[in-house]
Amino acid sequence: MSILIDRNTPVIVQGITGKMARFHTADMVKYGTNVVGGVVPGKGGMTVESLPVFDTVSDAVEKTGAEASLVFVPPPFAADSIMEAADAGIKYCVCITDGIPAQDMIQVKRYMYRYPKDKRMVLTGPNCAGTISPGKALLGIMPGHIYLQGNVGIVGRSGTLGYEAAAQLKAHGIGVSTSVGIGGDPINGSSFKDILKRFEDDDDTHIICMIGEIGGPQEAEAAAYIKDNVKKPVVAYVAGLTAPKGRTMGHAGAIISAFGESASEKVEILSAAGVTVAPNPAVIGDTIAKVMQQAA
Amino acid sequence: MDIHEYQAKEILAKFGVGVPPGALAYSPEQAAYRARELGGDTWVVKAQVHAGGRGKAGGVKVCHSDTEIVETCENLFGSKLVTHQTDSNGKGVYRVYVEGGVPIDREIYLGFVLDRSSQRVMIVASAEGGMEIEDISADKPDSIVRSTVEPAVGLQDFQCRQIAFKLGIDPALTQSMVRTLQGCYRAFREHDATMVEINPLVVTGDSRILALDAKMTFDDNALFRHPHISELRDKSQEDPRESRAADRGLSYVGLEGNIGCIVNGAGLAMATMDTIKLAGGEPANFLDIGGGATPERVAKAFRLVMSDDNVQAVLVNIFAGINRCDWVAEGVVQALREVQVNVPVIVRLAGTNVEEGQKILAKSGLPIIRATTLMEAAERSVEAWQNDSPGETKLRAVK
Repeated sequence: MSILIDRNTPVIVQGITGKMARFHTADMVKYGTNVVGGVVPGKGGMTVESLPVFDTVSDAVEKTGAEASLVFVPPPFAADSIMEAADAGIKYCVCITDGIPAQDMIQVKRYMYRYPKDKRMVLTGPNCAGTISPGKALLGIMPGHIYLQGNVGIVGRSGTLGYEAAAQLKAHGIGVSTSVGIGGDPINGSSFKDILKRFEDDDDTHIICMIGEIGGPQEAEAAAYIKDNVKKPVVAYVAGLTAPKGRTMGHAGAIISAFGESASEKVEILSAAGVTVAPNPAVIGDTIAKVMQQAA
Repeated sequence: MDIHEYQAKEILAKFGVGVPPGALAYSPEQAAYRARELGGDTWVVKAQVHAGGRGKAGGVKVCHSDTEIVETCENLFGSKLVTHQTDSNGKGVYRVYVEGGVPIDREIYLGFVLDRSSQRVMIVASAEGGMEIEDISADKPDSIVRSTVEPAVGLQDFQCRQIAFKLGIDPALTQSMVRTLQGCYRAFREHDATMVEINPLVVTGDSRILALDAKMTFDDNALFRHPHISELRDKSQEDPRESRAADRGLSYVGLEGNIGCIVNGAGLAMATMDTIKLAGGEPANFLDIGGGATPERVAKAFRLVMSDDNVQAVLVNIFAGINRCDWVAEGVVQALREVQVNVPVIVRLAGTNVEEGQKILAKSGLPIIRATTLMEAAERSVEAWQNDSPGETKLRAVK
């Protein structure tokens, strides 16, 4: 088992005709992902990377049985595409797009809540690297070869910092069950807490690695959740100890604007909840290896 | 993106929020002239800078005569205002706003923010106006009234009335308060703001509700659909390094250290800064060149980082995932040949084809200091910076 995606999940790519989308579609297919088609309004009937293109997501779902979707649509139209996926019965959607207006994302989240819980689409991102269940499927833009198959569940806001963690684990010979990017935006589809819950319930995940950063309440909310609900060991790193207050550090959501949003405060809150915090990004892999040894 | 107080007031007034009569001036003489136009015998002269805390920093003065206005303005114009929200360089004053004095009965704090917990727009209000919201949260948390807006239907009048009653506003002014709150919400919503702050919102002696100060911040990601807001950008209020970066599409934040950073990915960029600090150095900047790390972007990044005179060493940290390290290494070499870099350069590559990448760096003949881990890269950067005396800026080769 893994979470969110596995070898058989049928995947469509929204915005598949774009240059970046084409490149990553080919990469996902090569990795073994079950990509069944793409959606671009007005380009139905075309083929891209020998995959059929449909005009609407509901067409694609009807013809291919797609269950997951990857959104590569440009920022002004991305929110609309996510809502289209939710309406068409897609179960899991990853949005890669960086630069979606925050108020558009507020609308998206409100829209998704019109569906009852069992029919509500799960969204991760936007502004993320995607989700990978190593050896099974890749729904995103991460380099598949840096992940070994294994039992560490990774959840993080940053793409490249997640790669850094996976590569450090690989150097230790440690593999990953699933790695999920929740993205760097202030309003996102899934929070740390949402993904932690899935890892806690997943038999293949034995230890969880959480990579946070400055800004927002989601690390603190995760800490409270871990304290009461997560039995598996959690190792965390929080980026941005040197980030000045009130400045946006690349990610739209990486800004310290309230109490409890700085890296040192988050480290303190996570430690108090029983999470092992890696003191610097160079030892994320070492810290996980140590905690695994202790658990064994 | 931030705008000035007078611009925020202009926008809010269009949505029915009451503001005192005021006028903008670019010179002391113009300020005095504007005051005469406004009439009355008391005026407030306010430095227009993109930072809060102007009052305590001497940027807001009550004046009673022409000479007083001219004198105040002569001190303000061209000066740098250092407040608790600016860095030690402060923000330049090039415009002042002159407002008629207002008889104040009571002061209220009013803010509209994007609340990340509820993932909605939240109204934050307090009867303790005039204080900073951070201080209110710390000292008088019980005075804070909060209400979130359901996005599908927008702000409802009953919510506004609830806030008015909780703040103890005179019932005769409830409608006026509802109008003010609805106006702020519409201005927030229709312009894709991320923050509207009125501190203080005042009830005047003659029973009017007026925004005495106003601050608006806009979502950079939504500026594409608000060209009239983009036009309000004031580069004089930005760090020139950051203006240059923004014009080149790079994500850069200037800091006060000596080790320049060039990194791909925002999270990794922050992590790199943290590691430099741990190794005993201070980062000069945050810079995310994006996942791609193309040679052009690397060259642009070197130019930008080197434009900061404080930079005494540059650390390049690239995790090549989809791109290969050999390709990134070629980019670094090409950039170093194009851009004049006269401080030590430390390069750490990780990911695909890392050995080939290292070989290219070694063969280039350029005095690049190579590192394999993030910690090693940071330590080497700090060493290079410490060994590099300010007078001597020659590149030193390392085996």
